[in-house]
Amino acid sequence: MDLTLYVWRQDGPDAKGKLEQYEAKNVSPDSSFLEMMDMVNEDLINEGIDPVELDNDCREGICGTCGCVINGIPHGPQEETTTCQLHMRKFSDGDSLTIEPWRAAAFPVVKDLVVDRSALDNIIQSGGYTSAYTGELIGEANNTLISKPIADYSMDAAACIGCGACVAACPNGSAMLFTSAKVAQLAVLPQGAIEAAERVNNMTEAMLNAGFGNCTNHYECEAACPQGISVKFIAKTNREFIKALA
Amino acid sequence: MLQSSIGRKLVMATTGMCLVGFVIVHLLGNSSIFIGADGINAYAEHLHALGPIVWIFRIILLSLFGLHIFFGIQLTLENRAARPIDYNQKKNIRTSFGAETMIYTGLAILAFAVYHLFHFTMHVTNPEISASVLPLDALGRSDVFTMMVLSFQKFFISAVYAGAMVTLLLHLSHGVQSLFQTFGVLNGNTLPIMEKIARAAAIVIFVGFVSIPVSILLGLINI
Ligand code: HEM
Ligand code: SF4
Repeated sequence: MDLTLYVWRQDGPDAKGKLEQYEAKNVSPDSSFLEMMDMVNEDLINEGIDPVELDNDCREGICGTCGCVINGIPHGPQEETTTCQLHMRKFSDGDSLTIEPWRAAAFPVVKDLVVDRSALDNIIQSGGYTSAYTGELIGEANNTLISKPIADYSMDAAACIGCGACVAACPNGSAMLFTSAKVAQLAVLPQGAIEAAERVNNMTEAMLNAGFGNCTNHYECEAACPQGISVKFIAKTNREFIKALA
Repeated sequence: MLQSSIGRKLVMATTGMCLVGFVIVHLLGNSSIFIGADGINAYAEHLHALGPIVWIFRIILLSLFGLHIFFGIQLTLENRAARPIDYNQKKNIRTSFGAETMIYTGLAILAFAVYHLFHFTMHVTNPEISASVLPLDALGRSDVFTMMVLSFQKFFISAVYAGAMVTLLLHLSHGVQSLFQTFGVLNGNTLPIMEKIARAAAIVIFVGFVSIPVSILLGLINI
């Protein structure tokens, strides 16, 4: 299949970027989106043009490194799928694809489709951990039994791979889904409950300080999330915030 | 609390909920016009008889409005700043027109509220109609009924009120479910149900308010 790509090209953080048109010819429907981009990049290199920079690592949908906005949807049109796991059979011969980086004040463009997501790390550093001691004297972490429903709930929240698609999708550039996934994951566990109040306050404050917006319940994050993280965790985070007030 | 993201959202939700409560009570009161002059004039008389309580109530309502508007504008500005560069192409999947236009419908409601007070409370606009309030009715009460009927018989006034209620409909179609999510009382199962209930409630409120000018225009309510 043949496709026309409109790809965001930007030399550096302060450079002015623009969409460039490239043709992707003879693309196999079985290739992944990133393999298609690899082919386009090879052509560009042969023509003496800088290849399109885009973040990617594991290419199996678990590391959270890849991601761009494809035809207006973060990670492209397939639900609950990362950019690397998106296959070209989702598109048709002759399609045009507009490919842009995550857009948010807190995610400055590094080059082309690569953005700096360290703002998410700042949020995690502000409280996305537990200070539980483990070891022989205190006992194994596994000694504390946790019921199956709570473990499942926590694991669902822990499925976040930190890709940032929720921020890219949010009309307010808010990182509330990302933040709330961690707040909720830890708040329901006995190890995490101890610091729950500090955590929700510190993490949501770090979110604002990093330049992310506020949640106004558009729920675009949930629709874009490759891991299917639910906005119920945002409601949970709001509850945790109210609890922390008391 | 008032600098935090969720804290300010809670203020929006709390004031929004109180305003919704006010809107519903206001609608119930207004619907006494369907009983006729006796209904609404008696209702107005009761309100006026409350004396200072009316003023306490007005001050509370004004503060709720003020807080809601202040934080609404502040949060909207922050959220715009958090997404300074637009996409060339962006497809929204879950959100609604109502959710995307909250600040505009909110400001339209504010403009309408000011006009509404000038019209029915302070009698600044259309004084020739408001004058009809003064000739008291047979029982010596202000004749709110005649003032409303004469007002809404003017198509332009009815259209302004109906238009304002469309903005309220949009505002509440997002706002009502949003406030429950902000309070954290929803989960993955109850959210979609609440979205439907909230939209239905917004429609009921809209139909309720608009039925008054429409009934008057159609001549169903007459002097
Ligand atoms: C009768 C008047 C009004 C009612 C009943 C009302 C109701 C509500 C409700 C229930 C919410 C949801 C709160 C939440 O998200 O938790 C809301 C949000 C909001 N309102 Fe109002 N409101 C009114 C007037 C206004 C006015 C005058 C403005 C003017 C600026 C305004 C601007 C906003 C904004 C910006 C939001 C937040 C947007 C969002 O959460 O998506 N509202 N309102
Ligand atoms: S919540 Fe979903 S979209 Fe957001 S960072 Fe985590 S995995 Fe990505």
